[in-house]
Amino acid sequence: MTKPIIEMKNIEKHFGSVIALSGVSLDLVPGECHCLLGDNGAGKSTLIKTMSGVYKPTAGEIYFEGKPLDLKDPRDSISIGIATVYQDLAMIPLMSVTRNFFMGNEPVKKIAGISFFDHKTANEITMAKMREMGINLRSPDQAVGTLSGGERQTVAIARAVHFGAKVLILDEPTSALGVRQTSNVLATVDKVRNQGIGVVLITHNVRHAMAVGDRFTVLNRGQTLGTAKRGEITAEELQYMMAGGQELAQLESSLGSTV
Amino acid sequence: MTQSQQTKSVNDERVKQRSRFHQALIRPELGGIFGTILVFFFFFLTARDSGMFSPTGVMNWSVVSAQFIIIAVGACLLMIAGEFDLSVGSMIGFAGMSIALLSISMGLPIWLAIILTFILCMAVGALNGWLVIKTGLPSFIVTLAFLFILRGLTIFSAIATTKKTIIGGVRDAAEGDWLAPLFGGKVLAGLFTWMGENGWIETFSRGIKKGQPVIEGIPMLIIWAIVLIIFGHLLLTKTKFGNWIFASGGDARAASYVGVPVKRVKILMFMFTAFCACIFATAQVMEFGSAGADRGLLKEFEAIISVVIGGALLTGGYGSVIGAALGALIFGVVQQGLFFAGVESSLFRVFLGVILLLAVILNTYIRRMITGER
Repeated sequence: MTKPIIEMKNIEKHFGSVIALSGVSLDLVPGECHCLLGDNGAGKSTLIKTMSGVYKPTAGEIYFEGKPLDLKDPRDSISIGIATVYQDLAMIPLMSVTRNFFMGNEPVKKIAGISFFDHKTANEITMAKMREMGINLRSPDQAVGTLSGGERQTVAIARAVHFGAKVLILDEPTSALGVRQTSNVLATVDKVRNQGIGVVLITHNVRHAMAVGDRFTVLNRGQTLGTAKRGEITAEELQYMMAGGQELAQLESSLGSTV
Repeated sequence: MTQSQQTKSVNDERVKQRSRFHQALIRPELGGIFGTILVFFFFFLTARDSGMFSPTGVMNWSVVSAQFIIIAVGACLLMIAGEFDLSVGSMIGFAGMSIALLSISMGLPIWLAIILTFILCMAVGALNGWLVIKTGLPSFIVTLAFLFILRGLTIFSAIATTKKTIIGGVRDAAEGDWLAPLFGGKVLAGLFTWMGENGWIETFSRGIKKGQPVIEGIPMLIIWAIVLIIFGHLLLTKTKFGNWIFASGGDARAASYVGVPVKRVKILMFMFTAFCACIFATAQVMEFGSAGADRGLLKEFEAIISVVIGGALLTGGYGSVIGAALGALIFGVVQQGLFFAGVESSLFRVFLGVILLLAVILNTYIRRMITGER
């Protein structure tokens, strides 16, 4: 097996008296889609926020490409190639696709010694990258607000990939999407993975996870319930683990089918 | 799958293609453009014979519009960056008083008084911005506090040092100064004299100015307005920093997650607004030759109204400098035009309110078309 690009060992995170994570370990190899599953409050978001530098872990170590990593803020993680796409904070709807795509990384050209935003290059790159991801834009000036939720996620993913992400963290990319949009986003994840980028996909939808995941880690109440490879585990087992066992069993008997 | 099928499947059949004309028309400034046409059309019909469109008439409303433009450009960029500045009007009074006190009461040369005032005002602007960023309070509240603080300080400092609220004598003090003409001077005087000699524009027929053109030159105020429009427009649409302004106002958190220095952008925009207010104040002091503690009253609202007529979104992230300038032009033309048309001046507000309402309705409609808001 290839060497992991990022390794998190026994990560603990306490918020005052609340223990959000109590010793979680996770690793990611290039070119895989590692699904992080868990119910609400399981600690998924806390874990990825530790990975992207928003939180500092209370205890535990993070290794990036074999070296210990100390992240001070989100910009640190962006600069070494850890990109996070947040579900609701991915894009600014009022701005054009190009302006969003290059937000914070604008290409410039010098005219008479003054740096100007190179709209032409930016537009060309945006159109090309979006076409690669299977989205044909009417025009690069189109506001992101005119795109569907799935397309917005795709723009954010394409942006992260274009700016050299080695690790791509997707925070519930499919939770607000319809069926077709979900499949588009999952197809994008597959394309990204095939480019050799490690993807961490956070979801609480087992079917979405099963569709693209290579490995699955289930979190429950701040602890890892283990990591399973594709083919070693069934959707039912994952579902069972996510809900922590018993409660779901009762629910299932009362509902008469899987949730 | 063949190529044609592929393209077909990728193109969304639910998105209607828009014509080029439609696309060119759908822009944030459209409300401002329509408003401007409407206003000029109206006054052309009602006040054509009143001298409103004679050279002096044009100069009259141009100067008033230029004043509005100067503060509107600052307010526009700040509003797009997601913040308000309600202290603009008080800042104008404060800056004017500062120049007068520093030069007349303290005897500093005018150029030094102007430079110190600019530094002082931009520092207050930075303080405004810093407070908004640090406390996380709405800028509406923070700058409202400064509306009172600055106005109070202006009146207090004037009365405490000179026992007056109007300090005159600035014009005499500015005589021969190298910096003052940059705000109070006129350019292209030669051109107008030449045009007068050729009979293209009117000349005075009596008095000591006999033979001189009725317009001595273009006031620096108008030059400042044009320079600020060009600067603001280029900064906003053609630079990296402009993208950051949009991003900071559109969604500050999303912007900072991708590395936009949102705090720096916002504080700089507060400073720029203060800078614009200071230009207004300096030009006004040079023109009147005096500073008054009540100058600039209600200017913050006039700036904000101009910006909103120009198509900017009150909550930030969307707008246009050209639009704001057109909004300011409408404001100036209506205010002076009603005077030319001999209409009761109280109707100015009625007219303005109607234009504001129409422009905002049209702008909202356009913005929804552009951004896909529902």
